[in-house]
Amino acid sequence: MSWQPVIGLEIHIHLKTRTKMFCRCELAYGLDANTRTCPICLGHPGTLPVPNARAIEWTIKLGLALGCEIADRAIFHRKNYFYPDLPKGYQISQYDEPLCRHGRLLVPGPEVDAEVGIVRAHLEEDAAKNVHVGGAAGRIHGAGRTLVDFNRGGTPLVEIVTRPDLHSADEARRFLQLLRQTVVELGISDAEMEKGSLRFDVNVSVRPAGSDELRTRTELKNMNSFAFAARGIQREVDRQIGIYEAGGEVEQETLHFDPDHELAPPLRSKEEAQDYRYFPEPDLVPLAPPRQLVERLRKEIPEPPGARIRRFESQYGLRFYDAEVLNGSVALAELYERVVSAGVDAKAASNVLMNEFARTGVEPGAVDAVELAKVIEARARIPRDRFNEALAGSGDPGFDAERYLGDGLVVETSELEPLVERVLAANEKEVAAYRAGKRGLLGFFVGQVMRETGGNADARVVNELLRTKLDA
Amino acid sequence: MIDTLRLTAEEAAALLERRELSAAELHAAYLDAIRARDGELHAYLRTVDEPDADGVPVALKDLICTRGVETTAGSRILAGYVPPYDATVATRCRAARLSFLGKTNMDEFAMGSSTENSGFGPTRNPWDPDRVPGGSSGGSAAAVAAGLAPWALGSDTGGSIKQPAALCGVVGLRPTYGTVSRYGIVAFASSLDQIGPIAKTVRDCALLYRIIAGRDPCDTTTVDLPESVELPETEHLRGLRVGVPRELNEAEGIEPGVTEAVNRAVELARELGADVSECELPRSVEYGLSCYYLIAPAEASSNLARYDGVRYGLRSETNGDTRAMYERTRHDGFGDEPKRRIMLGAYALSAGYYEAFYGQAQKVRTLIRREHDALFERFDVLLSPTSPTVAFRLGERTENPLAMYLSDVLTIPSNLAGLPGLSIPCGLSEGLPVGLQLIGRQFAENALFRVGHALERALAFGYVPSRLRDGGAV
Amino acid sequence: MGPVAFSETFERIWTMAISREEVRHVARLARLELSEDELARFGGQLDAILEAVGKVGELDLSGVEPTAHPLDLVNVWSDDEPRGSLSVAEVLANAPDSEDTFFRVPPA
Ligand SMILES: [Mg+2]
Ligand SMILES: [Zn+2]
Repeated sequence: MSWQPVIGLEIHIHLKTRTKMFCRCELAYGLDANTRTCPICLGHPGTLPVPNARAIEWTIKLGLALGCEIADRAIFHRKNYFYPDLPKGYQISQYDEPLCRHGRLLVPGPEVDAEVGIVRAHLEEDAAKNVHVGGAAGRIHGAGRTLVDFNRGGTPLVEIVTRPDLHSADEARRFLQLLRQTVVELGISDAEMEKGSLRFDVNVSVRPAGSDELRTRTELKNMNSFAFAARGIQREVDRQIGIYEAGGEVEQETLHFDPDHELAPPLRSKEEAQDYRYFPEPDLVPLAPPRQLVERLRKEIPEPPGARIRRFESQYGLRFYDAEVLNGSVALAELYERVVSAGVDAKAASNVLMNEFARTGVEPGAVDAVELAKVIEARARIPRDRFNEALAGSGDPGFDAERYLGDGLVVETSELEPLVERVLAANEKEVAAYRAGKRGLLGFFVGQVMRETGGNADARVVNELLRTKLDA
Repeated sequence: MIDTLRLTAEEAAALLERRELSAAELHAAYLDAIRARDGELHAYLRTVDEPDADGVPVALKDLICTRGVETTAGSRILAGYVPPYDATVATRCRAARLSFLGKTNMDEFAMGSSTENSGFGPTRNPWDPDRVPGGSSGGSAAAVAAGLAPWALGSDTGGSIKQPAALCGVVGLRPTYGTVSRYGIVAFASSLDQIGPIAKTVRDCALLYRIIAGRDPCDTTTVDLPESVELPETEHLRGLRVGVPRELNEAEGIEPGVTEAVNRAVELARELGADVSECELPRSVEYGLSCYYLIAPAEASSNLARYDGVRYGLRSETNGDTRAMYERTRHDGFGDEPKRRIMLGAYALSAGYYEAFYGQAQKVRTLIRREHDALFERFDVLLSPTSPTVAFRLGERTENPLAMYLSDVLTIPSNLAGLPGLSIPCGLSEGLPVGLQLIGRQFAENALFRVGHALERALAFGYVPSRLRDGGAV
Repeated sequence: MGPVAFSETFERIWTMAISREEVRHVARLARLELSEDELARFGGQLDAILEAVGKVGELDLSGVEPTAHPLDLVNVWSDDEPRGSLSVAEVLANAPDSEDTFFRVPPA
């Protein structure tokens, strides 16, 4: 039998506002513990939350970018549970009336494109950070004590829940990359997994290909990179197929991945059934996003990266993979489009940008596309070293392509002639051999002249001059 | 000699204004009175010995956070907690140059109607020390009644200003929900909690309300007053439409002496020119208490989750993990009433019960609002007793939580509707004060002050507790 | 939902006394350690209170909107402008236990 993986994602993204979600402590990363805290984010008695207007706008903006409907009315709920990193004993989150719902994200693929349904995108506050120390290898169990740092506590967090519309590990990876790119391009998040500003959980189940049933799913937690997640998903898919094929049943459970031991089997846990006792947050009033605000934000949404990939395929005749790589960042995609519109052949521009240019590590956003186009156009007639040097310098302020192509080269016959004559005079034996028919020696003379000019001569001019003199 | 038993805040302010008295002398006079009488009453949990401003002193219920001054909300779980910030009402009092006399005793986390649930021992009623002062703002009401503060701030969730004001023979205002900031008020039930003044006169109440009311950017559930606070002057009630809701006036358990005093006050309103007629609030009274005892505990169960021994307050040591520490700390730190309400609230919100309990109670709340809205189409003010009974004896209701809950049966319905309520003393029954409750429409505090003031003048209630009338001055 | 279906749904819950196990469960949910004596005492009291508050179930309110809040306000928020944090000394002044500038608690 053939099996189809059914994958859904739940993604948490930090918004990079200046202040926290419900207090006006400044957001900062990597500071000493508890240096960005106040009575509100420490959950002191009597404190009340005040929502961050920018976080609300950005959530709406993200919702629009994900094709969501923006609610006429949204409310915050309290999600009640106890943990040392949760200072109030509840998280302020959204529950059955979120800001954004019913969206979709286009995920172009090599063969088929996927359209992934977005169930909801809602706004909440992040928990603080527990550090478990003194126990076995810092693992949660067996730790000697727990240290709590509330600096991160209260960071605005958007939670995005997808429908289980992804059908391969690779598609899931691609979705995550596109989503990450979307939020980065909206300018609302760094979405860096290493900093914890992008985190996600994956729900995985499998079903016989062609059926539309939803079987028991497992939840994969603790993923620390997209590639790692893709491998984890694949392994879990294979495991579930194995169980079904052996006549077994998959159990609903949570699998925690240990980022340091990728090959070890995931830690299983059957957590105590949670009862979060959600209820409307009585310290806050409802949100009713004004229509003008939503329309203004809609106008600010840039072209989504998924749509851009598809446009690159059709507009420039690129292969999917090339279109995907060129859209790895909005700056690269924009550079590509400007280089092409400066007259460079679409295929050539794509090759150079993905290979030689990419290897230089130059920030695409810093490059003057018109100058770069000149370099690419000249790639066939200038020495390779010089070409690469030009690419490497293309991000420098005031970068001037001419320095590498035109003005720097000796092309004037009058300047080159004495040089050529000197070379011919110094190599009488070779001149005789050439004239006797050893035409292959031409390259030797060219090389000699080029050496004399320190590589600064136009090879075509040198060739022509030599031929005229030798054939005279 | 300053007679703190009789001096009103308005009079004290005038003395300061005319420099017949210094703020330090005034503050000291109240501290002397506290030394003389608070050993018996225990209205204060702690006093502030040096005045920190040059205005009339004020006492604050101990759930109002004061920077640098211990604030416990009457709970052992917060013993030793010193807030790093001021509640907005405290800031406003400071801005009005009121000095802080101290923090008054209260039922733990404002849960109770007798101040017997304080984690630090009960407060006693200045009219009869064998009786309770009411609660949960019992300390504030007793302090004002016994001349230990010219005025005080209390908080009212289900009746915690109005009921103790009634039982102690003073005036208490529970303002319209949203007119006074809750920022810095140790939360009990967020959608019901309101801070309000307790004083000897209606005018004093209005003066203190003027100081604390208004929108606060730190509390998103506050609004600006639609009209400024007016000090009441008129002594007639002509043109005023007064409703007397039958259910609030004939509820089971109202003592005959209470009914008698309230009826006299209603009659007086008529004599002052008011147009008085009977009306109904059928479901508000019948279902109010049940509704309240689902909503308030549900919110409380969540509001009290932060007391976990991690960042402040009590921590009980165990040899176990975080969870064991939480469970022991909360076991040791909370008294019985918070425990009961936390469990009741957690139950009402838990999976499978939410719709039937909390969800249903929220819908009942809608009905109660509608019933009140409808009445205020026809009336400007509603009258009823504040409490079904006069002050009861200490210990009388502590064994039976439900009997205690009934103390607030008459104050709860309008609180659920978010409406303002004023309690003024309207006479004595068995030698103990009876409170008259005046309920107004949203933001109609000025109407309440006007009616309250006119009735107060006509009633001429002697607000000094009879047993303190001789030799009250210290 | 008509009155009949309504009262049936609620009847089951209202007539159900809270069991010792349920009391234990909510105490656990609320992180309250309770002795057996306390369980019994609170169990009895909760039972009586639940019976009383269960009165709200008598009403058929299927078409009624819930009131979460007595004021009809919307969209109250603040600008994203920093307003300063506490000093570490103030942050830790009330801490039962700390280490460096962290709050310290027993292991999870
Ligand atoms: Mg979440
Ligand atoms: Zn903060």
